[in-house]
Amino acid sequence: MYSGCVSPVCEMSRAKADEDDYWNSSKFTLAFTFDEEDDDYTRLKESKKAVNSISALADEDDDDDDVEKVSWSGEPVGSISWSVKETASKLRPAGDSRELGFPKISASPSLPKNNSVYSLSSLFKAKTKVGGMLSSSDSFSDTPARHYAPELRKPKCEYKDYISNWSPQETILKMQQGKVVSLERFQSLQDKMLLLDKAVDGHDGNIITAILIYLKRSLCKEVLFRELVGRETALRHYIHYLKESGEQKVLLDLFRALGRTEDEALLQYKHHLTITDENKRRDFLKTCLGLPFSPEDSLHVQDHYTLLERQIIIEENDKQVERTGQSDVFKRFPRKASILNMPLITTLYYSCFYHYSEPEGTYSSPANIRRTFKLAEKQYFLTALAARAKLKAWTDVDSLFTTRNWLGFTKKKSPVAFQRVLDILHKNNAPVQVLEVYVNLLEDLELKINMAHKFKCHDVIINTYRDTKDKKQLLGYQKKFDMSSAEHKKIADVLNNSQIRWKN
Amino acid sequence: MSHSPGNSLSGPVRRGPGHQTLIHGVKVSTSTLIPPSYPGLRRLLDGGQVAGCSEYKLSASDADYRVLCSIRLQPASRGKMAAHLTNGRVNLNILREAARKELREFLDKCAGSKAIVWDEYLTGPFGLIAQYSLLKEHEVEKMFTLKGGRLPPADVKNIIFFVRPRLELMDIIAENVFSDKSNSRDYHILFVPRRSMLCEQRLKEQGVLGSFTNIDEYILDLIPYDGDLLSMESEGAFRECYLENDQTTLYHTAKGLMTLQALYGTIPQIYGKGDCARHVANMMLRMKREFAGSQNQILPVFDTLLLLDRNVDLLTPLATQLTYEGLIDEIYGITNGYVKLPPEKFAQKKQGEGSKDLPTEPKKLQLNSAEELYAEIRDKNFNAVGAALSKKAKIISAAFEERHNAKTVGEIKQFVSQLPHMQAARSSLANHTSIAELIKDLTTSEAFFDNLTVEQEFMTGVDTDKVNTYIEDCISQKDPLIKVLRLMCMQSVCNNGLKQKVLDFYKREILQTYGYEHMLTLNNLEKTGLLKLQTNSRNNYPTIRKTLKLWMEDANEQTPNDISYVYSGYAPLSVRLTQVLARPGWRSIEEVLKMLPGPHFEERQQLPAGLHKKRQQGENRTTLVFFLGGVTYAEITALRFLSQMEDSGMEYIIATTKLINGSSWIKSLMDHPETQIP
Repeated sequence: MYSGCVSPVCEMSRAKADEDDYWNSSKFTLAFTFDEEDDDYTRLKESKKAVNSISALADEDDDDDDVEKVSWSGEPVGSISWSVKETASKLRPAGDSRELGFPKISASPSLPKNNSVYSLSSLFKAKTKVGGMLSSSDSFSDTPARHYAPELRKPKCEYKDYISNWSPQETILKMQQGKVVSLERFQSLQDKMLLLDKAVDGHDGNIITAILIYLKRSLCKEVLFRELVGRETALRHYIHYLKESGEQKVLLDLFRALGRTEDEALLQYKHHLTITDENKRRDFLKTCLGLPFSPEDSLHVQDHYTLLERQIIIEENDKQVERTGQSDVFKRFPRKASILNMPLITTLYYSCFYHYSEPEGTYSSPANIRRTFKLAEKQYFLTALAARAKLKAWTDVDSLFTTRNWLGFTKKKSPVAFQRVLDILHKNNAPVQVLEVYVNLLEDLELKINMAHKFKCHDVIINTYRDTKDKKQLLGYQKKFDMSSAEHKKIADVLNNSQIRWKN
Repeated sequence: MSHSPGNSLSGPVRRGPGHQTLIHGVKVSTSTLIPPSYPGLRRLLDGGQVAGCSEYKLSASDADYRVLCSIRLQPASRGKMAAHLTNGRVNLNILREAARKELREFLDKCAGSKAIVWDEYLTGPFGLIAQYSLLKEHEVEKMFTLKGGRLPPADVKNIIFFVRPRLELMDIIAENVFSDKSNSRDYHILFVPRRSMLCEQRLKEQGVLGSFTNIDEYILDLIPYDGDLLSMESEGAFRECYLENDQTTLYHTAKGLMTLQALYGTIPQIYGKGDCARHVANMMLRMKREFAGSQNQILPVFDTLLLLDRNVDLLTPLATQLTYEGLIDEIYGITNGYVKLPPEKFAQKKQGEGSKDLPTEPKKLQLNSAEELYAEIRDKNFNAVGAALSKKAKIISAAFEERHNAKTVGEIKQFVSQLPHMQAARSSLANHTSIAELIKDLTTSEAFFDNLTVEQEFMTGVDTDKVNTYIEDCISQKDPLIKVLRLMCMQSVCNNGLKQKVLDFYKREILQTYGYEHMLTLNNLEKTGLLKLQTNSRNNYPTIRKTLKLWMEDANEQTPNDISYVYSGYAPLSVRLTQVLARPGWRSIEEVLKMLPGPHFEERQQLPAGLHKKRQQGENRTTLVFFLGGVTYAEITALRFLSQMEDSGMEYIIATTKLINGSSWIKSLMDHPETQIP
């Protein structure tokens, strides 16, 4: 928080120097390459300066009531979230608590405890109530000695309402007004459905759900499902309710009954996320294979199963190898995490990293993974490149690009732009010699020069200027080097070559 | 101006008003040179442009000083009065007061001392309604965050749980109640915004339902956010309405609108577009019939209500917002009017404190129109923010300089009396300068530029029917999945669906790279229409774009003349619909309306005699625009812009189920977003 200071004027100059210092040294300054005075950044800087130069003066007066106090976290002091923290941290020790001796208010015996407006006991317990009248007393049976605050909000006269025999329509209306109602009275299917329809007409999702809970309890599944088919809104609410309360099995039955097979399949499949044991998860995925997914999704699920199956095998094997220290690569680069449940491309990367040279026959070899999952050339290529570059296995990188034609000549080919290849290599700190090879393969001359500059491939630059007969650029470039350097000498040789007819 | 070799795209050389030449260069990669057809993009890259200070005199004149002094006339304290709610055309403070009254009534119902146990999520929205002092006045002595296990000790008569109706929270409450040994206590639950049968059933199963003296609901349907903005803060609204087909939120919306009408009068005209809009309107009319006995005698404040389904305009939230407020939300996320920012930029290095450790906690700032500077710059295109801040800095400096002119005791006294307000202005300027820097770091990055280029290509209809190489690259570089999904959905929306081959390709790449379980998310996106397979019908997006002028080549970001400045070229479809409705009317765009999903309609609500407004000459009309399924800050800005246009004759108040941006929106549709690879 701002601390007040005594002499604004003398403080100001010191504070300013201080803050300017901080400001100029901040990382942000370096991130910008603007070199003109009047860009946005300079403006921002200006405002910052202005702010700083007046800070000391302004800091003086912070106990003014008009200025809202804000804690560091930014919560205005006195706001709710701030207070939650404050009051919680100022807790008195438990022993200190005094008995406040509040007057106990006895609940009026003539009134049912209005703890819940809709009487839940009637909804959730299959108890027959005498005379269709409800009390929620069974809700309280576990704490008979409790005292209850009187209901302030609702006048007493409202309570007599539930004695009367309401129609479905009236019942819903009463529920909307927040009154206690009995649903047990509605026994015939016709009445129950009328009740549901009236609830749907009322649009209050909570009431629709309440009715559905009652129907679920009092009707057999087949009948309820059948009745819901023509009632779209009620059906949606029912599905939502089943989802929320985690009644997976009923929901699956419902989807099946409705012929919504794809939803059923997806829901079943989703369940795998809750299984943590990899073997159980694999077995579960296996049971999903026959589910009625869409054709594309069915392939994905198959792949998912195959992948996990394979990951389990690889994991078991590699754990063993790592423990016994048989393999060099595991010693040099200990595994950071298990490969289980990783995406396919991550698995391929892993395989290219630890199992690159294995024959195609093994489960863990990159070639096998590539074939099994029918990976596109580009995907395979980028992943292998990233993995081998990470290991600085430059010969592997090189051979990725090399193809032989029928005459036995080698040629460099890539399914992705060489610029992209260079980015990946550069990120992995490839040496200039490696980068040079690929910079030379760039066809666009301007791009080639830019990249060569970026990666400091001097030879490429010198050769390119030579080939384009650009003496001017070459002379300029020569100035960057020491007289004694090899590059300087090389440029001098080129410049002295009388064979070249310079264009400038 | 310097070129890094061949790698820089330079902005045009511009001459500022009389005294400066402005040149801006931004590094871009040669692989993504901007086609000349993207003026907005180019301008965004150019950075600041014309200084925007043509009216501003460099010398600190009296006029400037007055500007500063006017700060004090603006409400400086937000605490008690929520002054930001009274600034607008409609006094939304009435709504806030109604909500506070309700809260007090509930608290008084639980007689005696109280402790409130908060569902942490609710503290944000409640903060917009009440401060701790209000609770304290009603004997709230302690407040805790809802957590499993035992309740912290507190010698209070009542324990009140303030919770959302969520099953998992019921389990925690049950645990709390069970482990509480004190048996002289009363327990209460206040459900916000609605009580729920499901939750009560869960409490029953847990065997604690009987322990509660009061179970009640606190109907917080529409929370006033700012002078012109109401939100239901219902996070799952879009998912519920368009994926689960659950209409509970719509019921709450209708209820909220009824409350609003009870306070601000019956809204005579209702327009709408979309299935949900139709549904809400139906419910409202029905509810009105049910209350037919009691006539609302309040003179209507709103002339028109416009209900818009989010799925009528799926495109806008997918685009990156380019206003100041929009970018803050895109980058840091604004929740309940607060933003959390990285602390480094806000370190207060003080005299005498030496080199203290930098704070590690994020800096939290409240953002609303009560802060004069923020109100001024939040709706600007980000490219105009730098100029505005610098102008402000000069004004404030000049005001502080005034102290040298203060000679007499009276003058000095007057100066000193203004210091607090000057201090507030200063710290506000410091904060926003820092935020602008943070944002600028990002907007000048190559990644941001590339992403924006692709978005603008899609929105202008370039190559939307092929696999986009940038999206492909994003996937292979394992960029955040949400970013990939956002772009893919945008392409789909702008192409009226993707070809089978393209869709299959994206899906396969995503599942292989991010994990097969995302199949569930992809299915969700398809069900909501954000992602779809192109059917035989032709792509009608170009027609919609042309008819509604969704793309403006000459968007002016500094002194905007059209709403398209909020996306530097793209005019949000939803706001265009609103604009056309006001003038010349929807009849002029029947064709396009038919291409967009859901019915469009008009309803009238009868006003009692004597409540018909007698409009003054030139008096503006007021429209409440309700976005069902969420609205972005940039859309709000566009509507504010329309309100301010001199000849529009219309002022807009905005209401929504939730403030969203493309990322939070997509995230709400994901299944198990936490399994995402970072």
